[in-house]
Amino acid sequence: MLLEAAGIKKVFGKLTALDGAALTVGENEFHGLIGPNGSGKSTLMKCIAGAEVPTQGRVSFVNADITAFTPTERARAGMSLKFQITSVLPSLTLYDNILLALQAQSSLFDLVFSRTRGALHDQVMAMLTQFRLADRAFDAAAALSHGQQQWLEIAMALAGKPKLLLLDEPTGGMSLEERRVTGELLQPIKKHCSLVIVEHDLDFIRDICDRLTVLDQGKVLASGTVSEIQANTSVQEIYLRRA
Amino acid sequence: MPKSMSVVREAIAGDEADDAMAERVATGQARDQVKAGRKVLPIVEGVVLIAALVAPLVLQDYLTVFATRVIILALFALSFDLVWGYAGIMSFGQALFFGSAGYGVALLARDLDITNIFLVLPAGTLIGLAFALLLGGFLLLGRHPSSVIFVSLGTLTGSYAADRLARGWYYLGGQNGIPSIAPMSLGGYEFTEGPAFYYLVLGILVVVYLLCRFLVRSQFGLALAGLRENEQRIAFFGYKAQHLKAIIFAIGGAIAGLAGSLYAFHEGFVWPNMVGVVVSTQVVLYVLFGGSGTLIGAVIGTVIVEGVSFWLSDNYRDIWPIILGLLLLLVILFRPLGLISFVLGERERVGSFGAARKEKRNAP
Repeated sequence: MLLEAAGIKKVFGKLTALDGAALTVGENEFHGLIGPNGSGKSTLMKCIAGAEVPTQGRVSFVNADITAFTPTERARAGMSLKFQITSVLPSLTLYDNILLALQAQSSLFDLVFSRTRGALHDQVMAMLTQFRLADRAFDAAAALSHGQQQWLEIAMALAGKPKLLLLDEPTGGMSLEERRVTGELLQPIKKHCSLVIVEHDLDFIRDICDRLTVLDQGKVLASGTVSEIQANTSVQEIYLRRA
Repeated sequence: MPKSMSVVREAIAGDEADDAMAERVATGQARDQVKAGRKVLPIVEGVVLIAALVAPLVLQDYLTVFATRVIILALFALSFDLVWGYAGIMSFGQALFFGSAGYGVALLARDLDITNIFLVLPAGTLIGLAFALLLGGFLLLGRHPSSVIFVSLGTLTGSYAADRLARGWYYLGGQNGIPSIAPMSLGGYEFTEGPAFYYLVLGILVVVYLLCRFLVRSQFGLALAGLRENEQRIAFFGYKAQHLKAIIFAIGGAIAGLAGSLYAFHEGFVWPNMVGVVVSTQVVLYVLFGGSGTLIGAVIGTVIVEGVSFWLSDNYRDIWPIILGLLLLLVILFRPLGLISFVLGERERVGSFGAARKEKRNAP
């Protein structure tokens, strides 16, 4: 298994956000994390990414225990995260946003003397082309539409060639057409990367994911392939209850 | 605390709301298009350099002495600009490195008769560096990122404590500081106030400026931009954000130390204010006034704040600090990016770092 999170408990004051949640993701697997509002999806993502430290539980990644790793150490181990709120760097150009992500593991010496600048140029342009942003390479990221900013951010998250990408609501605020394109943009990365995706748009999830985990009130309600989950009566119930 | 740094920056810089940001980017772009690839920054830098080169030829002697002091302070302002304007570290105690280096070289001159320029200036630089490494290591190098308030209060407290310590320590001359420091020397030559000292510090400023310019335009500079805009984000890319901060903080300390040792020899004495909160605040004002995040802005800010205070104190003896305070407030309220933003667009201020930036510049 690429990622194994087990028995994750996270308590904020009196609120128990996660109560023994678990998630396993294999290599080259697209895994959807769904559940009603407040079920703990984002918190679980943050515990996996290192943005929150779980109160209890264990996260292992590529057979190593990373529960106590900082975000920097997790990134260096091959894990990447796209935040729920877009956090591209607005005043930098698209080109520099990608370069910033690509050069993250260059040595200090290389950075000071700009020794990887030339070598990374083709990779930057390839990433921008892949995400259909090449013609805006030298605009400030602030000038992009919301959807394009999300794509830029996914491109940045993928720049370091992670083994696992965590996407928190990638299609939030997107138009239908933008959602469709996002699905298309994500498909090719399956060759080299697994994906955990939190998303409200169940059609989108169903289209691109191999397996799903359903959270409810901080616990795993069900986990399985898309068709297994669709046939699961208790899952249908919580979604009906919400409706 | 992902946004906490930018929140504090905004609170200090005025009302930099998101829409204002978008608007600035838009106007910046429009300006860039109008100028069709022409760069404003090198022109400003050239004008400032020429003005600085001819200044002693046209100024009266006592004004050349004043101008020398201003150039040393501009060097000090560069150090703060690197730390705050480029890396987003709130250092409210930059005078600690400036003043401790000043005291250090004053002691070298007083107790060991060492005044050779090739010894005292490196010594002052090293003292600034060492103090910055100590304080920076403590404030910045935790396993998890330190909060902005921790760093700003930590640096402020460091500066305040040094001030109190200097006042109370007999060896350092207590309240009076160390007077009558022997002039800096090179062989038999002694650097006393005047054009020679002026061109010496101008030369040093130009060299340090060029080194800083090289650094902030490198890929390291891009990492600093990321650090300043969203520290948490770049940690998730795998950057060792705390290390980057400690490094730039140490470089800032070294430059402040160099400036402090020049200041001590130029003035001929050091006193507790030089390590304290007043001077620490002064350098913040220079940089905010001129324009943080541009090196030339720090230099221009120093020249204007010092020049205006000099003129005001001559002509409005009693109320000049109030006038100066109001002027500073006006600039910070209406020009949060400093005076330089009157001529410099946002896009050029932030700059480009990629390999393709030259192609882009030549494009129609």
